[in-house]
Amino acid sequence: MIPEIGQFSLIIAFFLSLTMAIYPIVGSLLNKKELLLYARPMAIGQFFFIMISFFSLAISFLLSDFTVSYVTYNSNTSLPFFYKFSAIWGGHEGSLLLWLTILSVWTLLVSLFTKKLPERYISLVLGVLGIISSSLLIFTLLTSNPFERLLLPVSDGNDLNPLLQDPAMVMHPPILYIGYVGFSVPFAFAVAALLDGKLEKGWASWMTPWTVASWVFLTLGITLGSWWAYYELGWGGWWFWDPVENASFMPWLAGTALIHSLQVTKTRGLFKSWTILLAILAFSLSLLGTFLVRSGILISVHAFATDPQRGIFILALLSLISGGALFLYAFRARTIKDEGSFDLVSRESFLLINNILLIVSVLVILIGTLYPLFLDALGMGKISVGPPYFNLVFIIPMIPLSLFLGIGMHASWKKTSLSKLINKLSLLVLLSIIFGYLILDFTFGVSNFLTLIGFILGLWIILSSISKPAEYIFSNKLKISNFTNKLWGMTVSHFGMGIFIIGVTITSTYSIETDRSARVGDSWDVGIYSFTFDDLRSVSGPNYEAQEAAISVFNGNNLITQLLPQKRIYSVQQSPMTEADIDNRLARDIFVALGEPLGDGSWSLRVQIKPLIRFIWLGAIIMALGGLISISRSLSESVRNKYD
Amino acid sequence: MIKYIIPLIIFFTLVGFFIRGLSLNPSYVPSPLIGKNIPNYELQDLENLENTIRSSDMLGNVSLLNVWATWCIECRNEHPFLVELSETTNIPIYGLNWKDNRSDALDWLQTLGDPYVSSAYDLTGEIAIDWGVYAAPETFLIGSDGIILYKHIAALTPEVWTKEFVPRILNDCRNEFCL
Repeated sequence: MIPEIGQFSLIIAFFLSLTMAIYPIVGSLLNKKELLLYARPMAIGQFFFIMISFFSLAISFLLSDFTVSYVTYNSNTSLPFFYKFSAIWGGHEGSLLLWLTILSVWTLLVSLFTKKLPERYISLVLGVLGIISSSLLIFTLLTSNPFERLLLPVSDGNDLNPLLQDPAMVMHPPILYIGYVGFSVPFAFAVAALLDGKLEKGWASWMTPWTVASWVFLTLGITLGSWWAYYELGWGGWWFWDPVENASFMPWLAGTALIHSLQVTKTRGLFKSWTILLAILAFSLSLLGTFLVRSGILISVHAFATDPQRGIFILALLSLISGGALFLYAFRARTIKDEGSFDLVSRESFLLINNILLIVSVLVILIGTLYPLFLDALGMGKISVGPPYFNLVFIIPMIPLSLFLGIGMHASWKKTSLSKLINKLSLLVLLSIIFGYLILDFTFGVSNFLTLIGFILGLWIILSSISKPAEYIFSNKLKISNFTNKLWGMTVSHFGMGIFIIGVTITSTYSIETDRSARVGDSWDVGIYSFTFDDLRSVSGPNYEAQEAAISVFNGNNLITQLLPQKRIYSVQQSPMTEADIDNRLARDIFVALGEPLGDGSWSLRVQIKPLIRFIWLGAIIMALGGLISISRSLSESVRNKYD
Repeated sequence: MIKYIIPLIIFFTLVGFFIRGLSLNPSYVPSPLIGKNIPNYELQDLENLENTIRSSDMLGNVSLLNVWATWCIECRNEHPFLVELSETTNIPIYGLNWKDNRSDALDWLQTLGDPYVSSAYDLTGEIAIDWGVYAAPETFLIGSDGIILYKHIAALTPEVWTKEFVPRILNDCRNEFCL
């Protein structure tokens, strides 16, 4: 009964979203005001029925209803409670429902928090969101119904993919999806403006909080995914340039470009059509992410659900949504005119450079990700593009980006005197170079030029960020009380970026990675640490059996910790899983993963010392925090307006 | 204003590639080893570690080399068909036990039946690398002169057997007892 309620609600939600798509758009074309009024109620109704549907699936999972095919394939009676819940998005059908649920929440928020905006415009925005929602709902209902019943009931389920049985994986997909799907809002704002044929005054300010909020979630989602891959895949890497990772990173880069371009449009009324294009691009890349993961045209360690038939359907959706938007853009963008102009040396120029470099990075990643597909499609053979390509081509635009980032923060709008800028920044440049060299030399030792450059650039970004509020504190003319949340947001985010760059630079150069075989009683050294293999024992979890090694880590004669890496075999799927154990401090991680038994009692072990790897995720979290600070005012204002 | 149309053109070029890409099978990876001699190896016999198994053992007959492991679920689905082949045909099936736990592997052969003439014990996966193994299960068809005739990735099924293996075996066969 419950699955039928879920499916029926989904059908109702489809018709509501279809109404939300058609009425406002037809209404605005024919100038019929009464049709516009349908948009908001439909958004609320759609939210309500999609929620019923989502919770129906949740209940089916929690009750282990194995008459439902999707539950059978992704759950098991012995699966712990919270993994039963996260198993909802363990496969394709449920992920899609999660996607829709999140879209309905964003749509609801748009309809609730935009009461002060022009009715006609916001109805168009909801209409565009309705197009997205209805087309994904029909896709779910026709090809990926999560509520389908099994003809022959089974006694127990196939279990959730053991890779996904992890606390970070409970959180990662929803947070990532909130970010992905959130870009539908700036997309809708942009397309509505194209439909309308003009940009309302204040358009960019309306759009900014939504864009930044989505970007914050996407940042956190990617960070969580990277952290998960680090300890769960057992390789000790934090980024693999895997197609699925790239699929989440490209919208992030495009979103970052969009946030910066929005600043120019908001403050100076420039870059308007470029901002619109970026909003379309960010969401299209999100959709492409879904497409790449779900269609199976690219092989990936992360591609959990793949099916070419669905690929055709998703491709049709992509053509309708992104193709439609770009079609509108092709014919309407020329009517949107910029106001004013800017000098060669100005903040506008630096933000333009930032945008170009970010979009170049998106393109090189897109090319690297799709290149194997292009070659294959042209019948030129099968290849795969790996980290050597991505590391190289990604660093090239990142170096000037980091350099200009620091300068751009201190440049003024419209026109900046070059000599003043040089005066202001030459000391910072000098400090970054001298301290960068000295600190690196004292701590890790300067070993190669690129590492030194990376470290100096990281320090440069940190110093130029800090000096921004410092300037307000120590100056006679400026007051720190005038340092707005927006400026704090910028400062904090860029500071986080500096921390991130230092983390990446140091970890990738000074990590010690060893693979060795050892048996109980063996001792060995890695870097400054000594390891002793104390014990090997069998342990059992709720749905797995494991071999657990106990390995003591010493620094000289001081015991630091005992690490307990496991090799698990999950009972139902019989797949082996490596559970690394990590001793983490801010300055370094000690990572130990248990490999394979080698016979005669010895095991292969992976032991890694990773200095400053925490800076990578810490930096990313600080970036997200900066985003949050920058929109904190508009958030609190809109909530206050709502309840006044 | 042509510049506003450029994104649309790029987009539909991409879509074109995607449509083509969807009709291609990503799991079809032609082996560069086809038509070449089998890579040489010497490994311990899974069932009796004292014995050495050499690649040259396979010469003289059309034979199969099946890569398997107890951690591989598809291998379990494939196994009954291998047992059936070993009972109904003359083709020797050699096993390559890949990165596996020996006692589990022996247990498996005991309970599910042993279709193999012998199973080489490749604990480190080194030999599998020489053979270009992507994933288990994989099955190589080897001619009587030690030339690799065909490679199949994923479980061997009766359909694949009749369509891909039987014609190649008959083509290579020098006497009537091959099948």
